[in-house]
Amino acid sequence: MRASVLVFSTLSIFLAPSWAQDAKKEIERYRQMVAEGSPAELFEVAGEALWKKKQGPNNVSLERCDLGLGPGTLKGAYARLPRYFKDADRVMDLETRLLHCMVTLQGRTPQEATARVFGSADRPSEMESLSAHVAAQSRGTKMAAGLSHPKEKESYELGKALYFQRAGAWDFSCASCHGEDGKRIRLQYLPVLYKPEQARPVVSSWPAYRVSTSQFITLQWRMNNCYQQMRMPEPNFGSDTTVALIHFITATGKGEPYAGPGNKR
Amino acid sequence: MNRARRILLGAIAALLLKPWAALAAWNKEAFGAKSAPDALKSIGASNATPSKEIVIEAPEIAENGAVVPIEITSNLPGTRSIAVLVDNNPFPLVGKFDFLEGAVPFVKLNVKMGETSEVRVVAQAGGRSYVASREIKVTIGGCGG
Amino acid sequence: MAAGPMKIRATFAGGFTDIRVLMTHPMETGQRKDPDGKLVPMHFIQNLTVKLSGKTVVDGQISQGVSRNPVFSFRIKGGARGEKVEVAWLDNAGESSSIEAAIA
Repeated sequence: MRASVLVFSTLSIFLAPSWAQDAKKEIERYRQMVAEGSPAELFEVAGEALWKKKQGPNNVSLERCDLGLGPGTLKGAYARLPRYFKDADRVMDLETRLLHCMVTLQGRTPQEATARVFGSADRPSEMESLSAHVAAQSRGTKMAAGLSHPKEKESYELGKALYFQRAGAWDFSCASCHGEDGKRIRLQYLPVLYKPEQARPVVSSWPAYRVSTSQFITLQWRMNNCYQQMRMPEPNFGSDTTVALIHFITATGKGEPYAGPGNKR
Repeated sequence: MNRARRILLGAIAALLLKPWAALAAWNKEAFGAKSAPDALKSIGASNATPSKEIVIEAPEIAENGAVVPIEITSNLPGTRSIAVLVDNNPFPLVGKFDFLEGAVPFVKLNVKMGETSEVRVVAQAGGRSYVASREIKVTIGGCGG
Repeated sequence: MAAGPMKIRATFAGGFTDIRVLMTHPMETGQRKDPDGKLVPMHFIQNLTVKLSGKTVVDGQISQGVSRNPVFSFRIKGGARGEKVEVAWLDNAGESSSIEAAIA
């Protein structure tokens, strides 16, 4: 009896690491099969309709919105965000830029346009659907967030500082969870986002469809939600804080071909 | 317009407005069955023969039970239908697909799984039922994503 | 209430036509509670059909056990580029939708 227990426990020690590896492989397979037929594309379809919809006091669509490559040019635009925009004199990510166009082109007020930025499974928000559509037009384009303009460099550095800045009720920073290799929450491996090789697969698959909630989630949502989990005060939508963090992480993942809106658990 | 023609036109209009009328059968009994054996019985597959010709492609672990992708191919000649059951779901029968002329007995779908369970696939070919199954583990993920 | 967007892709290769169709649908099981704590009633697709040039090739019946925003893949033997593929669904509330595409 004691001999068999000894053999079993010895075997368990040897088998445990390989079980973890097999689990990782199977989860990779799960993700691949989900990606091959993802509801994310439905949000792209909805987003395209919204992009073309006339709205606001000016009764115009967003089709002349300049995302960095000229009014109305969408192909490859998402992959070059966040970047500095002269007309707003600030660095903007996709969602802040969409908001800018809603206000300047469509004549909408910021309050109205941001009244419901994060939607639900039953009703995605305008931002979510639009993000899906715009991001999809960058499929295959290499990620290249702006890093040349002084304000871009400033935004990048702010994002990096914020990533490691411990604050809030729990004294957490992004690095508390995303700061060390091999860390996990249950079966979710936590990527260390200041390392390019770990940031690349992440930045190339946002925004994304979240299977557990059937919601389409964006990077602004992700920052907001992380801050919530870290017990920090809620950051404003499109704030310098959120844009800087998105900028830092996206720039760290530069060079990776954008895979298109992805899928998350 | 005479009465007969009006009635005829009305009937035609009704048919056009309800194109599903002829095909809208839904096996309430089978889909309402609360156990796999009962569901199998409702689709006439109680004595299904295990078969390796039914190929189930699915991950062994699903990161989330809300969406579990399953791809099924039946290599049994003359396969007329494929049914998918998740044993531990409150209502095990999840889908049944009839393949008419020209269709390959192949389907990929996303199912909900409440917990780790055996996933059972029944193929009907040549008037007989065949079955294959696979266990898929369902985990609860972490907080991020 | 109008049904949400659908998307379909039908491609011909090696003698077969591969079809992938995405449907927007809540596929409510009747077990879920809304933010106010009320049970959301059952609302799910029950029937779906795949047609090639107007002829039904796949006739499916599904339940609330299929994931929200269902995605299906089917395969037809043959089919020709330009030929029409149509997928239609009908739910337990009598709502329906369909989409068609030419085989690419």
